[in-house]
Amino acid sequence: MISRRDFLKNTAKAVAGISIPVAALEILSPARVQAIKADSSVRWAFLVDTYKCVGCGFCVKACKLENEIPYDANATRTWVERYVLTKDGKLYADTPKGARDGFISTKVDLGMGNFQDIKKEDIKKAFFVPKLCNQCDNPPCVQVCPVGATYQAPDGVVLVDRTWCIGCGYCIMACPYGVRFFHPKYHTAEKCNFCYHRISKGLKTACVQACPFGARQIGNIKDPNDPVAKTITTERVGILKSEYGTKPQVFYIGLDEEVR
Amino acid sequence: MVHGEIWTVKELFVTPNEYIYWSVQIVMYPFMTGLVAGAFVLSSLYHVFGIKELKDIARFALVFSFALLFVAPVPIVLHLQHPLRGINVIMTSHFTSAIAAFGIVFSGYGAIVASELWFLYRKHFVDVALPLKEKKDKTLGEWFTFLVFCTLTLGVYDVSEESLHRDEKAIKVLAGIGIPVACFLHGYAGFIFGSVKANALWMTPLMPVIFIMSAIVSGIALCMLTYIVTMEIRKLMAKRKSAAAPRHETHEELQSAEINVIKMTAKYLLFFLVFAISLELLDLIFRGYTATKSWDVLRSVIYGKDFTSIFILQYGIGNLIPLILFLTPGLTIRRAVIGVMFVLFGVFMMRWNVVIGGQAFSLTFAGYMHYHLPVIPHNIETLKEGLFGALGVFIMPFVLFYFMVKIFPVFGVKESH
Repeated sequence: MISRRDFLKNTAKAVAGISIPVAALEILSPARVQAIKADSSVRWAFLVDTYKCVGCGFCVKACKLENEIPYDANATRTWVERYVLTKDGKLYADTPKGARDGFISTKVDLGMGNFQDIKKEDIKKAFFVPKLCNQCDNPPCVQVCPVGATYQAPDGVVLVDRTWCIGCGYCIMACPYGVRFFHPKYHTAEKCNFCYHRISKGLKTACVQACPFGARQIGNIKDPNDPVAKTITTERVGILKSEYGTKPQVFYIGLDEEVR
Repeated sequence: MVHGEIWTVKELFVTPNEYIYWSVQIVMYPFMTGLVAGAFVLSSLYHVFGIKELKDIARFALVFSFALLFVAPVPIVLHLQHPLRGINVIMTSHFTSAIAAFGIVFSGYGAIVASELWFLYRKHFVDVALPLKEKKDKTLGEWFTFLVFCTLTLGVYDVSEESLHRDEKAIKVLAGIGIPVACFLHGYAGFIFGSVKANALWMTPLMPVIFIMSAIVSGIALCMLTYIVTMEIRKLMAKRKSAAAPRHETHEELQSAEINVIKMTAKYLLFFLVFAISLELLDLIFRGYTATKSWDVLRSVIYGKDFTSIFILQYGIGNLIPLILFLTPGLTIRRAVIGVMFVLFGVFMMRWNVVIGGQAFSLTFAGYMHYHLPVIPHNIETLKEGLFGALGVFIMPFVLFYFMVKIFPVFGVKESH
């Protein structure tokens, strides 16, 4: 006859055994194993030539359509900012609807229904700056995700698992570039992923393809023959907000100190 | 509509995806967790350091802390976009995230409070269960009571002097471990904010300490308030009973909150309050003195946009007035009630100014966001992340406490540890 002590002992063992998470016993598909072991000969990087950007907003439009971000939602994976510096030392900047429709008015949007009309002769300098996810080498969003729903692929791109995101918004708070938001339909964290479904098939991102002036380019920074890699390594380029230590991988030609 | 768009108004240069994503429920989260930690620390002051004057309020504070504990995760769940996936935080914790530790810290702390309560009330469970066990032909209600209390004894019916003495020791040890764990529970809530390097207002290593101090302040204040109010309600009920059927009120029923207890507790409240204010001011002065890149926009928020809610509501009404009320000699219960209500309000405003204030300016440092708390709900989002959602969270611990007192009586207990 089994003693009470043994019964309890065995029960405890059985419970402990059963409670090993099923996830630990998961059978990996060959494709996933390959993805995990993927060779690190690819590191996607982005190059923006701000001199070439005219603020047409085709990139934003293309991105919204390609990545199924509701067209009229006031959130976008990529956007274009306009900076106007006047001779009296003031900075005016805006990005109406993320520049989805381009900058069709010369008036700068001040928010809350106010607009500022700036005379041409008062302008010291003015330019456009496209923005997108920086696919940081040290991504704070990945660090703070409590469930591991956002992660970095071996080729450097930061991705979001829509089936696992709990929607706490910590990653949105942690991003110094403001590229993240909640998808209006899926209610999970959403961000630019360099059109991962396209670049992994050898295509260019939607925004790169839509840009009529070649202001946006994507390439593999580890390939010495890649034109983007060549530019980044041999020319003078800048990055955004280096003070946060995130090591962003979107490089800018002609970056102004006023760019936020 | 994007989440957050409904209550955010943007001014000047704000990037397209910026909204106030962390709204009123994230204000409630540190506020409620702070109350949990504070109430526990108050009860431990008696159990660990043997401060006799706090004996009455210690038992009360522990039960109240337990009631608050269940409410602490509610605001987070209400805030999640996918509340049903909230359990993933515990199931697939990603330990580089500050939030991931929540499951461990929270359940560890819960276990400590629950076991301390068990040791404290073990004798009571036995006292209720034993007579019912022997009684034949129990009514349905008695069966239910018997089942509940029988389960609560966990099969231990030994209430000899010796074993009770051991209980006392266990309580002391648990309360001792509980203090650092309670501080950790709340300090970690502060860390969640303080470690966000992208947010210029939040990022400071002082944040966890500031949070712990204000947590203890708010916990003590709420315990004092609830203690006084429940004592008064009991007196009122007893009076009404004797008015209906003339009888003599018992001594216990007539007892009101004891001014000695209140005075002693107020001393500890003041101590922690002064500590909290000093740290907050240190942080503010340091920011102004070092004046890094973000200071321009922070200054415009702190001294401009949020001036009323920071300097008038938080520091003025929430800190200065209670300081005057408590420091003026001859403290009365009525004055104490007003004081602690202001203190609670002040701590709430501090949480508000951190959470909402931290999102009041854009990442561009050249724009602002204004938060409009949804009052009348018109969809599920504005209900759970609006005024009613927040009020619901605030009322919940009192409702829980009402039921818990039926199992863990806190009034009229003659001999206690």
